[in-house]
Amino acid sequence: MNTATGSRKLTIARAMAEATAQEMRQDPSVFVMGEDVGPLGGVFGNTRGLHEEFGSERVRDTPISETAFIGAAVGAASDGMRPIVELMFVDFFGVCMDAIYNMMAKNTYFSGGKVKVPMVLMTSTGGGYSDGGQHSQCLYGTFAHLPGMKVVVPSNAYDAKGLMTAAIRDDNPVVFMYHKSLQGMGWLGTEKGATVATPEEPYTVEIGKASVVRQGSDLTLVSLGAGVHHCLRAARALETEGFDAEVVDLRSLVPLDRETVRASVAKTGRLIVVDEDYHSFGVSGEIIASVVEHDHRLKAAPARVAYPDIPIPFAPTMEQWALPNADKIVAAFHQMLRNH
Amino acid sequence: MQPTNDQRLWMYRQMVTSRYLEECIETIYMEGKTPVFNMAKGPIPGEMHLSNGQEPCAVGVCAHLDAEDVVIATHRPHHIAVAKGVDLNAMVAEIFGKAGGLSGGRGGHMHIFDADVNFSCSGIIGESLGPAAGAALSRKLQGKPGVAVAFLGEGAANQGAFHEALNLAAVWQLPVVFVIEDNAWGISVAKQASTAVPRNDLRASGYNMPGMHVADNDVEGVFAAAGEAIARARDGQGPTLIEIETSRLAGHFMGDSEDYRPKGEKAGLQSHDPIPRYRRMLLEDGVLDEAADSRLVDEAHERVEAAIRFARESDFLPAEAALETVFV
Repeated sequence: MNTATGSRKLTIARAMAEATAQEMRQDPSVFVMGEDVGPLGGVFGNTRGLHEEFGSERVRDTPISETAFIGAAVGAASDGMRPIVELMFVDFFGVCMDAIYNMMAKNTYFSGGKVKVPMVLMTSTGGGYSDGGQHSQCLYGTFAHLPGMKVVVPSNAYDAKGLMTAAIRDDNPVVFMYHKSLQGMGWLGTEKGATVATPEEPYTVEIGKASVVRQGSDLTLVSLGAGVHHCLRAARALETEGFDAEVVDLRSLVPLDRETVRASVAKTGRLIVVDEDYHSFGVSGEIIASVVEHDHRLKAAPARVAYPDIPIPFAPTMEQWALPNADKIVAAFHQMLRNH
Repeated sequence: MQPTNDQRLWMYRQMVTSRYLEECIETIYMEGKTPVFNMAKGPIPGEMHLSNGQEPCAVGVCAHLDAEDVVIATHRPHHIAVAKGVDLNAMVAEIFGKAGGLSGGRGGHMHIFDADVNFSCSGIIGESLGPAAGAALSRKLQGKPGVAVAFLGEGAANQGAFHEALNLAAVWQLPVVFVIEDNAWGISVAKQASTAVPRNDLRASGYNMPGMHVADNDVEGVFAAAGEAIARARDGQGPTLIEIETSRLAGHFMGDSEDYRPKGEKAGLQSHDPIPRYRRMLLEDGVLDEAADSRLVDEAHERVEAAIRFARESDFLPAEAALETVFV
């Protein structure tokens, strides 16, 4: 799953906090603000320990005023600081998208590259625990669609730490989207595969590089975040049927590593994209287009397993029915074989 | 707080410069847009929001600021940019969309960024406040000198961003001043039709910060209020909200028929133009004589004309340069 040596395992939440602490120790311009990021340590644990070490000047609890404090992060970043700001749930983007998209993402362009906006907007994504339709979305496609901000989505703690370090050091705004089910918060039903060996020393994972997390020759599964784990489970199931699936973890949506995806599909000839974000106009369509506009000689029409185009329902029966999972991926592959 | 004679002349000179710039832009803007008005035509395409009449707000505030201080302005930014010391040639070239412009033409008249003097603006109503609070936070965290000033129109005081940013700035005691240019109109909607309070500075009490009001577009009234507020910010005493009664002598944008104005309003505003008023005051006070005035005006005009020549003579960037500087 990663190239880390050593055996210390971290959750994504711990990995994010460790990367942040390490950067804060060596760069006084790095600071954190958001709702409940202080003594509480973040609702999803990703700022735990920071307030204790750095105090309330550099780890700032904010009023519930996303427009003001994300706007303030833009102003501070333009003035030489490196803010890490948290939008607690990505679903809350509605109250602050102007600060994010009309300022954070555009000020560098409007200044002809003379104004840098080196900030990290970290935000939680994903459902599966019946939190209803305003606390369960992924919105990967929404953010990746809008130019001017990098977007990363880790699937495991090793990548989370390296991507967080890279994001903090980046001179561009980076949206760091972490999936709640991968955070290692017990009450969110943690995905075990996300808690992996993570080196203590600081390191970066390059933003814009996908990772082939499982080699295979019959099928390419492309996903991100929690979807990677569904793909790995599906790949193991397909292996028992004698099929060898390759799994590509995108890790970054912007920049998007189309080359790694294309190289994999060129090898396998089959593509299924798995995305917990909405089906239409999103990541799955973009990945498929990136492949077929480059090479249409596939063994089968590409397929996608994505969230249906519906608001996320509350009832567990309905929500679980709608979410991507390994069974759906396996079924999509069987359908692919039947069609061709 | 009284301005020195040098400060008075500085403010007058900036107002004259800004007004002449707007008058030149007004003329050039119409090139290619007659007989049929088409916003996309001519050497200056797009929307154009002129600042005629609002100059006292810009100069009375910026007289207290240095290059290191941060100013974030609005969609109507020219007077404030002039007063903040934005490179005039590069700004005018930006308004023309040329290579010599501040961003090479990627921003345009509503997106003027000059990092050398810490000036920027946003075309979205109410979005100067959060970033100004953040710049002020940055200075506080870095222990660096400098304050931040956000300009906004009176209509912006009805945006959520206004209320969030005032609260944030007050709870964190940030060195920031919020300056409302109350020109009485949000495009075509009068202030009293959109705003529940007669004066927005009254809203400051809701955020536990001082509110100040300047009546009658008074240059030295702005100077005094801003001086006090900025001194308080520099001294670590937190934010201030100022509302200035000003006047929009032009339309909301070029092409605005201004049919919504009551009959006679515009003529009344024009007869009360702050620049001739200030000129008369300076002449009466003996700060200026006719000869010095004429020299000052000529110099200001030459500076503007040189900037316009620079802009006209500048090339456009190759179109595909549009792809550059999305990221650094």
